[in-house]
Amino acid sequence: MTIEAKNISFRYGDKPVLKEVSFALTSGRFHALLGPNGAGKSTLFGLLTRLLALQQGELLLAGQSLKKQPSEAMRQIGVVFQQNALDLDLTVRQNLLYHAALHGLSRKEARARGDRELARFDLLERANEPVRKLNGGHRRRVEIARALLHEPSLLLLDEPTVGLDVASRKALNDHVRTLCDEAGLTVLWATHLIEEVRQEDRVLILHQGQLLADGSGQAICEAEGTRDLAETFHTLTGAG
Amino acid sequence: MRAAHYWHCFVGIQTREWLRFWQQRTRFASALVRPLLWLVVFAAGFRAVLGISIIPPYQTYITYETYIAPGLCGMIILFNSMQGALSMVYDRELGSMRVLLMSPLPRPFLLVTKLLAMGVVSVGQVYVFLLLALLVDVEPPLWGYLAVLPALILASLMLGALGLLIATWIKQLENFAGVMNFVIFPMFFMSSALYPLWRMNEASPWLYWICQFNPFTHAVEAIRFSLHLEWNPMAFGITAGVTIVFALLATAGFRPQRTKILGTKPA
Repeated sequence: MTIEAKNISFRYGDKPVLKEVSFALTSGRFHALLGPNGAGKSTLFGLLTRLLALQQGELLLAGQSLKKQPSEAMRQIGVVFQQNALDLDLTVRQNLLYHAALHGLSRKEARARGDRELARFDLLERANEPVRKLNGGHRRRVEIARALLHEPSLLLLDEPTVGLDVASRKALNDHVRTLCDEAGLTVLWATHLIEEVRQEDRVLILHQGQLLADGSGQAICEAEGTRDLAETFHTLTGAG
Repeated sequence: MRAAHYWHCFVGIQTREWLRFWQQRTRFASALVRPLLWLVVFAAGFRAVLGISIIPPYQTYITYETYIAPGLCGMIILFNSMQGALSMVYDRELGSMRVLLMSPLPRPFLLVTKLLAMGVVSVGQVYVFLLLALLVDVEPPLWGYLAVLPALILASLMLGALGLLIATWIKQLENFAGVMNFVIFPMFFMSSALYPLWRMNEASPWLYWICQFNPFTHAVEAIRFSLHLEWNPMAFGITAGVTIVFALLATAGFRPQRTKILGTKPA
């Protein structure tokens, strides 16, 4: 399952935030959506998750308009938002059960799936602790485990490493890549940190609402005549 | 989606609301201080200056405390509903709303279930208040406690939907102080919560008509009559009708981009 964006434009009032953005994600691959702060990444995520209404252009899920089949889209998409979306006072398991219920899973099934995901994230022994007691990195892991509970085929992560230290950032990034390899998950990872992107990744560079580059890191560097992605990012956006 | 999915979702949202309530029970307990002050202090001072004649549903002279108790039940629901609706689109509940809106089930169902879940917690508070009111001799008939339940749930859904409608569409009222001054207090004072409307009619006929057009008046009357085991079809009918209209408007008009749910400033 994959998503295709066709000529997406979006404006807040008079201010354009996305301009004619088009791309198609490849099934089962890790995609990095790279852009400085204010590039329009969160707006794009808002549109993909239907929190923002499409103003112009089209979003297609397996060839079908996302607008016409929102329910199917939400079943296929798992999301990790930039801001924390966990109930800090509830336990890890209670948070997972809530999400599972929202996807119509029975309590029994939700518990089984929740435990399986937590085990995968090495968090099973902390299932009954309030989220508040977890550090930032572990909270993020819980959010990813939660996003995978309903077994989506597409995982969207909007700057998931914000506020984490370098080691936790790397661990989280590696972990999602493993999921991508092992479970065949399609991943869209938004970030403004070049060190979270690898040369072999499919990279989409977004700057001031425009998609400036789309291809494998290597191909983009060759096209721009640069040594590495950091230089490409700097040349294209003036950031990094 | 099958009916079982809807059921699991409904139960999940209710459960979460009760878990949150239990986590924050001290906050909920302190929210009872306001109506209790009205009941114990305000009513004590006021009963000396305000005589209550025999009006339906009461069959005898009643104390002022007995008169305002249903109004204060409405007040608890009014405050909670407005506060709950604001927190859904502007603060504490933003994270849970993001998760809620990622559900594949239809948004109107999710929003009404969420409002209902918050309403049920409010109703729990109303019952605690009614138990405490026994201490000042507010003693409705025993079956009244059960009979009042539908009116309380209806009132909380009506006011929750109104709160959501206001919070989504009137940006100027994004903080609680604004809602308090422009929604809660006018609705509360221009209703039959604190004084019977025939008294209002004597004082000012146009104010009387404003009170009559205030849906909160009818919610309070539905609570008052059912608590005293009397059937008031007009109050019930109006409350139910307005609930449906508000719920339809609030859910059909709900736009996450007008809120802070996405984490950005409202568009």
